This record gives sequence, C-alpha cells and structure tokens, in this order.
Amino acid sequence: MITLEHIYWLSGLMMAGVAIVNWRDRSNPRRLNNTAFWGIYAITFLAGSYLPDLANGSLVIAMVLVASIRGLGQGKQESATREEREASARRWGNKLFVPALAIPLITVLGTLLFKKIIINGMPVVDVTQVTVISLGIATLVALATGMIMLRPPLLAPIREARRLLDAVGWAAVLPQMLAALGALFAIAGVGNVVSGLAQRWIPLDNPFVVVTTYALGMAVFTMIMGNAFAAFPVMTAGIGLPLIVQKFGGDPAVMAAIGMLSGYCGTLMTPMAANFNIVPTALLELPDENAVIKVQIPTALMLLGTNILLMNFLVFRR
Amino acid sequence: MLSLIGIVIVVIGFVLRINPLLVVTVAGIATGIASGLAPLEVVAAFGKAFITSRYVAIVWLVLPVIGLLEHAGLKERARAVVAGLRAATAPRVLLAYFAIRQITAALGLTSLGGHAQMVRPLIAPMAEGAAENQYGDLPQSVRYTIRAHTAAVDNIALFFGEDIFIAIGSILLIRGFLDQNGIHVEPAQLAIWAIPTAICAFVIHCTRLLLLDRKLRAELAQKTEQV
Repeated sequence: MITLEHIYWLSGLMMAGVAIVNWRDRSNPRRLNNTAFWGIYAITFLAGSYLPDLANGSLVIAMVLVASIRGLGQGKQESATREEREASARRWGNKLFVPALAIPLITVLGTLLFKKIIINGMPVVDVTQVTVISLGIATLVALATGMIMLRPPLLAPIREARRLLDAVGWAAVLPQMLAALGALFAIAGVGNVVSGLAQRWIPLDNPFVVVTTYALGMAVFTMIMGNAFAAFPVMTAGIGLPLIVQKFGGDPAVMAAIGMLSGYCGTLMTPMAANFNIVPTALLELPDENAVIKVQIPTALMLLGTNILLMNFLVFRR
Repeated sequence: MLSLIGIVIVVIGFVLRINPLLVVTVAGIATGIASGLAPLEVVAAFGKAFITSRYVAIVWLVLPVIGLLEHAGLKERARAVVAGLRAATAPRVLLAYFAIRQITAALGLTSLGGHAQMVRPLIAPMAEGAAENQYGDLPQSVRYTIRAHTAAVDNIALFFGEDIFIAIGSILLIRGFLDQNGIHVEPAQLAIWAIPTAICAFVIHCTRLLLLDRKLRAELAQKTEQV
C-alpha cells in the first residue's frame, strides 16, 4: 500500500537535491544558509516520523534560526532568456500544456479511482490520504511526461525546483509553522479564553446580536488561528449551540453551514492563512507580501456582511 | 488571559514586519510557557505539530516539472494562447477562471487549481497576456495588481464552492462536531445552506472584477494616448 510516508520520502529527496544544488552554487553568497535550511527540511521529511518529538522540534528551531538570523539568498538565475523561452514556446506549442494539465487531472482521477482499486483485500493507497497521495503520484507522471517530451539534461528538474523554491524561500515552511502554532494555542486553551471574553462582554439576549457575534467571532477567530476548522468548534460550543440553537431555537444546519463560511471570510483577510495568502505572493514574485490579502479584503467584508444577514434571515425561518 | 500572549506577539510581529518564521516560533514558545509547559516540552510540541502537518508541503513536489515547463516556455505559450482571443481582457480571463474553479470545487474537484500548479504557470500569464494584448507593454504595478487578483480568484472561488460538495472536509467536520453534541444533520442539509453564500460570493467578486476591467481601461487607455 502506498501511504503518505512514501510521498514524504519523495519530498525529502527533492529537498535534499535542492540543498545539494545550492551547496554547489558559488554565485549565491549565502549558499551555506540555503544548504542548511533545505537540508534540515529534507531531514524532517525523510526521518521525521522516526525521530522523537524533541529532536524534530530542535530541527525546526534550527531552520528558523538559519532563515531569520542571516537569511536565505538566491543564486544567479541560470534559466533561459526570454527570447529562448519564446522560441521554445513556438516550437512546442500547445503540447507544453499536457504535462502541466496532467497534474490536476491525474490528481482528480486518482482521488476518485484509487479508493476502488483493491489488491489482496488491501487498497493500493491509504484511502484516508488519497488526495495528497494522488497529487504526489500526479507530479511524478507529469515529470516523466515532461522529461520524455523535452529531453532536458537529467539534473534539470532539480535545478528548476531549486530556482523556484529559493524564490519562495522561507514562506514555503510558514504554513507548517502556523499549524504548529495552532497546536500550541489548542494546548493552551486560547479558544476558550476568547469565547469566554465574548460571552462576558457582549449583550447576548437579542437574537440578531447573538447571530452577528457568532458570525463575526468565526471570522475574527479564524483570522487569529489562520484556519476556520480551528475556530468552528470553539465558537459553536461557546456561542452557537447554547444561544442560537438552544435559547433562540435556530436551525443548527443553517447556523453551522453559514458559520463555517463566515470563518472562510476571515481566512481571506489573515496572513496566518499563509498557504493561501502569503505563499502565492512569493510564487508570483510580488514585492508586497500582503498584496493578495489587500485584494481579498473588500470581497471578504462584503461577504461577511452578507453572511450575517443570510444567517439572521434563514436560521430562524421556522 | 496570559495564554493570549501568543496572539499579541503575532500581531506585533506582523505589523513590524519581522521575519514571520521567527515571530511564529516566539509566539508559540511564549504561549506554551504561559500555559505552564516546560521549555523542552514546548519544543517537543512544536516538533510534533510540524511533523504531523507535513502534508501541506506536498504541493512543492510540482516544482520540478513546473520549472522544467517554464524553462521550455510554458508561460510564454499561455500568453500567446490568450493573445489569439480578441475578446479576452485580464478581468474576463479571471472571471472565467472563477466560474470554472467554483463549479468544479462544488463538484468535489478541489484539486483542479492551486497557486503552484495553475495560478503561477498558467492563469497569471494568461491574464497578463490578455492585458498586454489590449494595452501593450504594462507598467509593473499593473502586472502586480493582476497577479494578486489571480491568486485571490483561486482562493475565493475555492472557499465558496467546496462547501457545496457533501463529502468535503469541512462538512464532515461540522457533522462530526454536531453529532458529538447530540444533533444529527445530513450532509446534504449542510451543503444546501452553503449555496446562498456561494451565489453571493460569485456576484460580489465578479462585480469587482468587472469594475477592475473599467479601472484598467481608464488608467491604461489614457497612457496609450499620451504616448
């Protein structure tokens, strides 16, 4: 059976390759920092499941220190010039889209089909992680297709991965760091403190105020945690169920569905949701790391207002 | 109350633009110590959570092939394809992507998108290509605006499409949580109540894109005349 662990090995090998390419690149003045950063990251993929928590934690702290004290650098870009790329684009035409589009299509197909393939009573992949494993397999198929089609030097893929990963830099690791912060918030009971504050300070004897508090609370708490899934149990146990459902007789399905979507409005407005908001600014080479959030805020606020009105209107409709 | 110190540190760190990795680490350690853990226990808790959330980094596996294709001119080809469509403007390209992304997400096909796989190599060059086609060479600030909008479209269409699909993670989480509290709801009930917000999201964001179309035209058409 293919499990997530195998995909982690693949990621670890890629990160190790990126570290080695960086080590050999003398055009980058901070090449040793880059080597250490991606090298340690590779270890967390290859050995993280077998190391004790404390060792993993120390590796993470070491990465943070490398990235923040002297910082990561970038080598001289060795990719083709614009003219070369345009000539190549004319030569290959729409065939270039085939490997690129193969990634999402194979991921979707894998998600649908892998669940159904069973050999000797065992599914071929771990069905609980089928989407992520499918994505890993899809990238391999796409890479093989690209290699056969373009026939580049054998090491070209890892050099290209190095170029892109160094452009993203430390932001590549931020989503995982924020997940770790969320876990510490959960251990410390941050959620209960926040919903306790809301209950103490806001007059919760009017249904409109309660619904508005719940929806706003979902958005604000999602902004703090970076994830609506973390905010939902806290806000719903603290305000949603006792007040909207039990006290005022609201419909729990409406409350939960629109409550979660109010949380998503918060996701659009916070740097804590790094994989949606910060990583793309690095990928798109935007100088302002809040550029995506700034574009999203007007839609998020209008939609949050809409959600508050919708919930007020729909939750008590009976 | 002391456990809220992490939130304070994060806010201050982001405002002062200190390296976010460092801010998050300090906030985590402070939160752990404020809640009574020993320093080494905090480091261990950090390590454990970091390792269990490695799956969010699987997306970087697309970089070797995307890089290879970019080297061979993928972005240039994406631009050229859009240049052949006379009706294409940057916001219209984004509007079409919004519709496709939201509908496929509502059908459970949330993997048909993503910033590393679709936005950087395909959609952003297409949107920029459409604008170049219309107005000629673009000021760098306009390029940045268009790119930021491309990322935003991917996010918004995904978030407000996926909850219409009954087997998506958030619906399962809601259902599990309500079950624990003795309230039974069917996934379909939850999915139906995600539809009004999904429609509003489409209307609101697409209106904004159409306004962006106007704004770009006003700004850039003027510039072209001056030249």
